[in-house]
Amino acid sequence: MRYGTEMVLLGLFAFGAVVAAGFGVDEPFRQHMWVLFFAVAGFTAILLRNSDFKPAPPIDPEAYMDGPIRYGAIATMFWGVVGMLVGVIIALQLAFPDLNIQPWFNFGRLRPVHTSGVVFAFGGNALLCTSLYVVQRTCRARLFGGNLAWFVFWGYQLFIVMAATGYLLGITESREYAEPEWYVDIWLTIVWVAYLILFLGTILKRKEPHIYVANWFYLSFIVTIAMLHVVNNLSMPASFLGSKSYSAFSGVQDALTQWWYGHNAVGFFLTAGFLGMMYYFVPKQVNRPVYSYRLSIIHFWALIFLYIWAGPHHLHYTALPDWAQTLGMVFSIMLWMPSWGGMINGLMTLSGAWDKIRTDPIVRMMVAAIAFYGMSTFEGPMMSIKTVNSLSHYTDWTIGHVHSGALGWVGLISFGAIYYMVPKLWNRPRLYSMRLVTWHFWLATLGIVVYAAVMWVSGIMQGLMWREYDEQGFLVYSFAETVAAMHPYYIMRAAGGAMYLAGALIMAWNVTMTIRGYQREEQPLPGSAPALQPAE
Amino acid sequence: MGLIDRHALIEKNATLLLVGSLLVVTVGGIVEIAPLFYLDNTIEKVDGMRPYSPLELAGRNIYVREGCYLCHSQMIRPFRDEVERYGHYSLAAESMYDHPFQWGSKRTGPDLARVGDRYSNSWHVQHLSDPRSVVPESIMPSYAFLKDKPIEVKDFSTHLVANRRVGVPYSDEMIANANADLMTQADPNADTSGLEKRYPKAKTGDFDGNPQQVTEMDALVAYLQMLGTLVDFKNYDEAAGYR
Repeated sequence: MRYGTEMVLLGLFAFGAVVAAGFGVDEPFRQHMWVLFFAVAGFTAILLRNSDFKPAPPIDPEAYMDGPIRYGAIATMFWGVVGMLVGVIIALQLAFPDLNIQPWFNFGRLRPVHTSGVVFAFGGNALLCTSLYVVQRTCRARLFGGNLAWFVFWGYQLFIVMAATGYLLGITESREYAEPEWYVDIWLTIVWVAYLILFLGTILKRKEPHIYVANWFYLSFIVTIAMLHVVNNLSMPASFLGSKSYSAFSGVQDALTQWWYGHNAVGFFLTAGFLGMMYYFVPKQVNRPVYSYRLSIIHFWALIFLYIWAGPHHLHYTALPDWAQTLGMVFSIMLWMPSWGGMINGLMTLSGAWDKIRTDPIVRMMVAAIAFYGMSTFEGPMMSIKTVNSLSHYTDWTIGHVHSGALGWVGLISFGAIYYMVPKLWNRPRLYSMRLVTWHFWLATLGIVVYAAVMWVSGIMQGLMWREYDEQGFLVYSFAETVAAMHPYYIMRAAGGAMYLAGALIMAWNVTMTIRGYQREEQPLPGSAPALQPAE
Repeated sequence: MGLIDRHALIEKNATLLLVGSLLVVTVGGIVEIAPLFYLDNTIEKVDGMRPYSPLELAGRNIYVREGCYLCHSQMIRPFRDEVERYGHYSLAAESMYDHPFQWGSKRTGPDLARVGDRYSNSWHVQHLSDPRSVVPESIMPSYAFLKDKPIEVKDFSTHLVANRRVGVPYSDEMIANANADLMTQADPNADTSGLEKRYPKAKTGDFDGNPQQVTEMDALVAYLQMLGTLVDFKNYDEAAGYR
């Protein structure tokens, strides 16, 4: 392949980064531009090494384009391990504060690396590669736009690198899950629009008359994230050669805009997108059709309509006007129904194949994912009730809730999808080892259970300690005493997270060996091969 | 089941699906967020709010940079225990010049909405440098490096201009004096009369124990020391502020 135009453009991009590094008005910006320069220049060098001048082999316009998906599957595993490792590190920092290394590796700078690393790098790559896998196979069409898919993949990786290094350098807008500064936001907007064109273009050239339900969810996730990202990140840079910008909104309006975004990053990035994943990979792995077509229509429209209203439940009893809080609470409770619609549709797809939970660890993983989805979409509406929220807000209970959703639902369904895709993408007869999948399943599940249970106890305990009065009417505990009481729970939480990370490492090993073409010789799992029945 | 049958139309037309789902997801945001910009009673009428002084704004930027908001809220809820612990519950007016807001979502450490004037400057410097030397139970990281970093200003007025563009009422005079005000506020020997006229109630003097240099520690402590001190609650009409 020859990459003439690409290399010229990348070279100019790298040159621009050097210029910005030279003229930047603040130190973090100059450092960040050096990072950008080395990333882009390194990538250009790789392209140069891979260039050859043989005529390119003709591309079959009917064949599926799986190159970016293979890279995406590897990137998902890589960022998953990185993001979860940072999670374990910051969990340990809370238990043992001496692990903070100022300034770059203090908790405040590492925490966004963990959240963005897991949500956008791990989850984002999982969505990217599965959506491109699913849309081609359900539309029976090759990806639209030639090398556009490669641009989307590499552009998204550059966004991740710039976001993560920016956090370590102290470049942040302080909007949770939307921390990158204005210039990284602009880059993400370009990549995201390209992703929308790629996905929609592929649907438009489909050979199937109907658009499959998984693609409804993927499409609404892509378009809604575009809207949320642009509105929430509107800001005014202090200088076009500086890292600092000021949000277009202030105070109460800014808070609601941010949590309108923040809650729907959960609702669309971590829910709608992953429901799309569920609607393709669960029926495929259990080899049964989706349970109810009608339910999927109703819960799709209800889910995307209701989710967007739920943001104010992050701001109960704050200076946000009461009417907005109440509206957010009411819609959050209503949201329980379409969420469980999705859960029922996913679980009941196993009708007639329930035995696979026993025999197929990948199915077991997917079912556990859907069960955790159901659990956390019940817990969420409950926590959005103002009286419950007055106790749970500001405590670890919220953190536990997020993790039962993120580790349980998002993590497990992604792992299931990757386990399903990898042998097919690399033409391997099966995974390296099914027994390792079983190990992964149990480590991950027990890890989540430990994590969530510990956070319930610590969150509710701290909430109660803050509001405890003695007989004379004095507050019983100083704030520092409630911090000290958290110590054992922070250690247990780190242990739960470490179990989950260990599972992910086992998976990374399993996937690597599968890609390299090995198959472990092992006893098949009990029940996985049909037992011979004696003739009657 | 006519409606469900007609859904086939959307399933066969990608544009319809795209536009339909985009319309459906815009409704909630418009109904909930848009009124906050025009309903008069969204932000209470109070006396005393003013834009941040340049040094306070620089300190606030450090607060944002270090991710303090990830463990400290700046939003006191109207509960007996919170009001007794932290002070009067927070008003929307108190963050009206906050771009971005710093309400936070987690209290790994205590709320800071009214931390201003509660501790001495030297307590803050000691606490930020070595938290466990003053609060043994603390799990806060050390920020000792702030003492050694002189504040980096090429032209701080650009920050005030950017804030004015998004609605903060910085006057031309404030912008013209931005760089000078930034240094003056942390200089114990400077004439601060102009600064105090532009930014009433601004705390002045050396904050970090090193009068020779204006450091990031000066800026951060100046910001912490003004948090929650602007509004005089003796004159606040609780009933009128209820929304």
